[in-house]
Amino acid sequence: MMSASKASRLGEEIWKTRIDKVNSELVVLTYGTIVAQLCKDFDSDYVEVNKQLDKMGYNIGLRLIEDYLAKSNTMRRCANFRETAEMIAKVGFKIFLNITPTITNWTSDSKQFSLVFDENPLADFVELPDDGRAQDELWFSNILCGVLRGALEMVQMQVEAHFISDVLRGNDTTEMRISLIRYIDDELPPEDD
Amino acid sequence: MSHVPTGKPTGKEPAGLRYPTNGKTIYHRPLNRSKTAELSQSSFAYLFSEMVTYAQRRVTGIQELEKRLNNQGHPIGLKLLDLLLIREPARSQTRPLNIISLLQFIKMSLWQHLFGRQADRLEKSSNPDTPDEYMIIDNEPLVNAYISVPREMSQLNCAAYVAGIVEGVCDGAAFPARVTAHSVGGNEDGEMWPGKTVFLLKFQPEVLEREALIASKV
Repeated sequence: MMSASKASRLGEEIWKTRIDKVNSELVVLTYGTIVAQLCKDFDSDYVEVNKQLDKMGYNIGLRLIEDYLAKSNTMRRCANFRETAEMIAKVGFKIFLNITPTITNWTSDSKQFSLVFDENPLADFVELPDDGRAQDELWFSNILCGVLRGALEMVQMQVEAHFISDVLRGNDTTEMRISLIRYIDDELPPEDD
Repeated sequence: MSHVPTGKPTGKEPAGLRYPTNGKTIYHRPLNRSKTAELSQSSFAYLFSEMVTYAQRRVTGIQELEKRLNNQGHPIGLKLLDLLLIREPARSQTRPLNIISLLQFIKMSLWQHLFGRQADRLEKSSNPDTPDEYMIIDNEPLVNAYISVPREMSQLNCAAYVAGIVEGVCDGAAFPARVTAHSVGGNEDGEMWPGKTVFLLKFQPEVLEREALIASKV
């Protein structure tokens, strides 16, 4: 099993040597314009905006996993969900967003944990609309939940992910909760009769 | 700024936004913190491709799609104009006052900031009928790096998003213009820059009028 510090070194190493980079503000402003457009199209129905962001993230996750596997060059499966969490936080988030969220609040069955984001580049320059609802309903960075769901599904893990707090809502932390629903069995092709 | 939110509800204010008590708000965040920060290019490509796919589902034609991408870039241009100027050293902090300095600003500062290099060329329309047209040429737009346009949509250039950003800068600087992106690379083998894109800026008549007026007084 890969130790936490080893995962961390691996993430750093890949970020430094194997990642083509662009100015972060180009990415951040582009994400901002996507969310703004959704809010406009769905008439500030933030529940629907959350859903759309999650869907977009899911589509990204389905493709991003290959990129992740190729760059991280870890052809080995994670031994357990705890190792998966380490790899998500220290390698995945590092190489795509150059951040390393903190893993915490494990349940005793090791099936649920939280990622706490000290930094969240997606939310740079962001303040939610002061309409009395956005701070209660919109999860601005919800796309990340979809990305995790999509990416993990491609490696046989069905997970559920959602934010439970966000500094943009006035909370003191930004925290995402991730739960393992089940490992997906490799599906056998239907039998020929 | 007279009122920096502290996160403590004073009771006097009505609803308003809530802020974290630890000061993690955009008002406390140094404006230049992410000036040179980097993210992965794939992250941009994923987001941009979702943005285009989503936009495509809500339009009926290529023109409408480009218009939509343009609209999404526009507010970014408006804000980047101020952001980039405020980051300049004091002596070069002036806003562009004529078309040439505006184009230079776009070609150098804006491109450098967003794409890590300057745009390749500036041109003025040589057609005497369109003195209001200028061109910014990018041989290889970064936003199109991972986009292959299907044959039946060959008119489409997703750099319309960048055209929108440029348009926002022009409008914000009080040089109202229409900006569109056009592929001019051609498909022949051996083409050096198949993705070559021309951003065509068509300024409003009043911009040229003002320009002429200023020129006549100097």
